[in-house]
Amino acid sequence: MAEPSTAAIYRRLVAAQVRSQASYRASFALDLLSNVVFLGADLLTVLVVFGRVPVLAGFSLTDTLLVFGLSSLGFSLADLAVGNIDRMQRHVRTGLLDAVLIRPLGVLWQLLVLDVGVRRLGRVCSAVVVLVIAVRLAQVPATPANLLLLVVTPVAGAVFFSAVFVATATVAFWWVDSGELSAALTYGGRDFTSYPMTVYGGWFRHVLAFGLGFGFVAYYPALILLDRPDPLGAPSWLGWCGPVLAAVAAVLAGLVWRTGVRHYRSTGS
Amino acid sequence: MFGFLRTYVMLAVAGSAAAVGGQAAGYGAPQLVTYVWAGQGLIGVVALWGWTDLADRIRSGDVVTDLLRPVHPVLGYLLPDLGRAAYALLTRFVVPIVVGALAFDMYLPQRAATYPMFAVSVLLAVLVCFAGRYLVNAAGYWLLDTRGVLMGWAVCAGVLGGLYFPIRFLPEWAAAAVYLGTPFPSVLQIPLDVLVERDPPAGQLGLLGVQALWAVLLLAACVLVQRRAERRLVVQGG
Repeated sequence: MAEPSTAAIYRRLVAAQVRSQASYRASFALDLLSNVVFLGADLLTVLVVFGRVPVLAGFSLTDTLLVFGLSSLGFSLADLAVGNIDRMQRHVRTGLLDAVLIRPLGVLWQLLVLDVGVRRLGRVCSAVVVLVIAVRLAQVPATPANLLLLVVTPVAGAVFFSAVFVATATVAFWWVDSGELSAALTYGGRDFTSYPMTVYGGWFRHVLAFGLGFGFVAYYPALILLDRPDPLGAPSWLGWCGPVLAAVAAVLAGLVWRTGVRHYRSTGS
Repeated sequence: MFGFLRTYVMLAVAGSAAAVGGQAAGYGAPQLVTYVWAGQGLIGVVALWGWTDLADRIRSGDVVTDLLRPVHPVLGYLLPDLGRAAYALLTRFVVPIVVGALAFDMYLPQRAATYPMFAVSVLLAVLVCFAGRYLVNAAGYWLLDTRGVLMGWAVCAGVLGGLYFPIRFLPEWAAAAVYLGTPFPSVLQIPLDVLVERDPPAGQLGLLGVQALWAVLLLAACVLVQRRAERRLVVQGG
């Protein structure tokens, strides 16, 4: 019998995960639903805020919804793909990581495949719906450039957030209890990108937008789609820089991860 | 991190409201700053999420040892929780307040009576939150898998508790319905409203009354649920 290819092994592992998660129907449905509800809570916050004021830091509700839609689709795609990496701490503590390390497959890929979050599909679907509605409301002209940007931006955002997920989870190699840092950067980054950047103040905005790169996930692309100049004076081509930044972030996260694996010493449990 | 994010959003709201010559639902900008940072601290004091001790013990069957003790189980969990809250008040509550005060212009309560009222309000909030968590965990007596219920609690406590946005931002009728119809504002929103003096002293007392009502109702519900559960509890194995 021929050895199954590596790709085939991963395919089987994912299929097994999907089957096992879907087998408790009620629990699975509830999980899907709750992911929709969490996105709904964030959306409700935006709506309630705009129920109080017509304009927030120079942006209207429809403008903000476009930013919110781009950001949440990028984030939820990343969450679907690699979100479960936040269990790294547990894997290190329980010794699952040791078991994974002795198998002849990529460590990161195994960890991701071993716990694919199918339930997070609910969040991706609702983020798509929000983005489509936002694009219609903001009356984004359907030029080829805009359509390309609408596809590229969430993908670049997903890669960028995935890099943040992996890089911060890697910290668990050195520092077992790293949950707070990881949550602050991933979920904090998501919240930061959900609003137009004009909302935030001086140094805080600079550190998150440029220092950590979160400004390119949704805000600058949205400015191009809305066809308006940046009130903060940045050139409009910044909106196309998302993929470059995502690639850089992915490479950096990969390096951090490899260093982490090389330096890993089991906790002995 | 989340304190900064929420503060900036709230300051943008206050700025926008001031531009059209109004206030954001009766809060000034410094009041919203205090609201956000004190709120970040209070999450730790009331332990809004992440308490699954009872549910875990129900699933593993360890809960039986709780029932054998000469203390009522509700009281047996409440007293340690009060101790935990008191410790959190000294540690978890102080840090966000200091950070917020260093980075932003914060509102300090002007009336002397506000301080004792805030203290009472925090105590009531801890009681209400404990009772809510206890009930959610006790659902495990019937459901075994409490993940869904816990998630429902987390969402409701965040949204209706006033963590994502002050409930007063809602239209008046909706805010009133949330205050009187659900216990969630009693966990976070009410102590914060009392602290930033959103209402005159009579209004603050009224809010404390709402909290006290919810505390009594929910703790009574805990005792009741516990009694019903003990009657049908079957511990497997052993």
